[in-house]
Amino acid sequence: MEAATHAAPAPRRLRRLEPAAVVGVMSREVANFRTYWKGTTFSSVLEPIVYLLAFGLGLSATLVDEVNGVPYIEFVGTGMVATAVIFSSALPAMFGTFVKHRFQNTYDAILAAPVDVEELVSAEMLWIAIRSGTYGCIPLLVTIAFGLDPAWGMLLTPLFCFVTALGFSGFGVAMAATVAKIDQFNYVTALFVTPLFLVAGTFFPIEGLPEGVQVVAQFNPLHQLVELVRGGAFGFEWEDLLRFAFLAGFATITWRVAIHQMRKRLID
Amino acid sequence: MAAIELRDVVKTFGPITAVDGLDLEVPEGICLGLLGPNGAGKSTTMRLLTGQAIADSGELRVLGHELPAEAKTARGQMGVVPQLDNLDVDVTVEDNLAIFARLYRVPDVGAAVEKALDIARLRERRRDAVDELSGGMRRRLLLARGLVHEPRLILLDEPTVGLDPQIRTELWTLIGDLKSHGTTILMSTHYIEEAERLADEVAVMHQGRIISRGRPVELIAEHAGRFTAEVYGPPHRLAEARAEAEAQGLSVRPAGPAIAIVGSERTDGLVPDDAVVRAASLEDVFVLLTGEEAD
Repeated sequence: MEAATHAAPAPRRLRRLEPAAVVGVMSREVANFRTYWKGTTFSSVLEPIVYLLAFGLGLSATLVDEVNGVPYIEFVGTGMVATAVIFSSALPAMFGTFVKHRFQNTYDAILAAPVDVEELVSAEMLWIAIRSGTYGCIPLLVTIAFGLDPAWGMLLTPLFCFVTALGFSGFGVAMAATVAKIDQFNYVTALFVTPLFLVAGTFFPIEGLPEGVQVVAQFNPLHQLVELVRGGAFGFEWEDLLRFAFLAGFATITWRVAIHQMRKRLID
Repeated sequence: MAAIELRDVVKTFGPITAVDGLDLEVPEGICLGLLGPNGAGKSTTMRLLTGQAIADSGELRVLGHELPAEAKTARGQMGVVPQLDNLDVDVTVEDNLAIFARLYRVPDVGAAVEKALDIARLRERRRDAVDELSGGMRRRLLLARGLVHEPRLILLDEPTVGLDPQIRTELWTLIGDLKSHGTTILMSTHYIEEAERLADEVAVMHQGRIISRGRPVELIAEHAGRFTAEVYGPPHRLAEARAEAEAQGLSVRPAGPAIAIVGSERTDGLVPDDAVVRAASLEDVFVLLTGEEAD
């Protein structure tokens, strides 16, 4: 066996949120992702195509021609970005975090290294957001293939998706640290994920909903993302700055809540 | 400077006191075996040392760093080999090592991985996913992962629990090599043979505190004397032998189908002729002190 030399210089005191720790944790995610990226990519591309064929072509051919002057297939296609983001951020964060903590003991290994809970959670959220930000753009690309005209504003879509996914990954991590059993994610999905997904303005404009629901929908991050993506495709409005600020605030709040909950869960 | 200093450390989980006024000092360069039955507080002590558990009271210092405030800095200089296998099973052997080299901020990740592959003797399997490895290989990899940054202190939490004897012996050789290179080791175990074979000193932990500590031979001499007589026979005979030995103030413990009269050299000729007399062992000490059967 090689000798352990112990010749390392006197260690510096490690600070909060060290980039090396965050990158280290993310490198673990990347190494794992390399083993399953094909399946994830396949479903991420296929799903929006199926949705667009079913809702876009199906409904537009029979019931809805256009919404607010936008062909229905383009209306749904731009809205589908939000669907892709929530399903590729909140759900992996919930289930992935729970499995890594409870079944694989991964976090015990990481926290035995010079990494703290804040760095661990930040890295997990960043990785999910990067992935989701990328996959979130696929429905937009598919919609372009179905006839949507490209626009310069669409280049901001990865950023919008990234920030929204950051928020939903924080939400997912916080939920994973809160539930006692994996079955309890059914409540989370039924109470939060599905309503947020349905009242985002993806498949129909929220203006058609009762006034109270419209007000509530304004606090739905997915609705704000849908509006931003459509702004990128069909033209921004000044309110879009507020929408982006809202998403940034959502991400900041869920980040801190996720750290708080994970600290309670991981540190005895 | 001691590598580990714990003073009057208390850790409770609700109504359960897992660590109860623990005092422990581990000088640099030794292997200390923390020997105790299940539930003695060994794993909680290990988690306190890595900052994964926060003590209710007491002082903790690891490699000169106060815990929990400087736990992250302390962790940078120590390696941990956990009781449970928490390797990334879909990832290759070398990626598992590289991930942890990065987490430990090793400047030359490639060189650290090469060295760790040698320690684990897994150079030929470097590109295999972990779930293709045998149990022994995985355990060696787990140990090498804890050493990838050449730590000054290594915490081994039940390093061979649940392993078959051959793999256990392999790991003992690896740990023995580590000792010979001067790395400070704190090893929790409930295997007597493991502590006897690897530890320079043994601390017997029971109900959250250290109840005795010393070199194995010293502990044996202090608590068990020189010889132990094992008496076999039907229950009434064992009861008689026990009563006679206890009347002389000797300690008697069950030993499978027999009873063991500890310190039998002091029996003044009362040991039955057919008793099996052997050298006193650390197991005798363990059972006498904790009242628990040893593994």
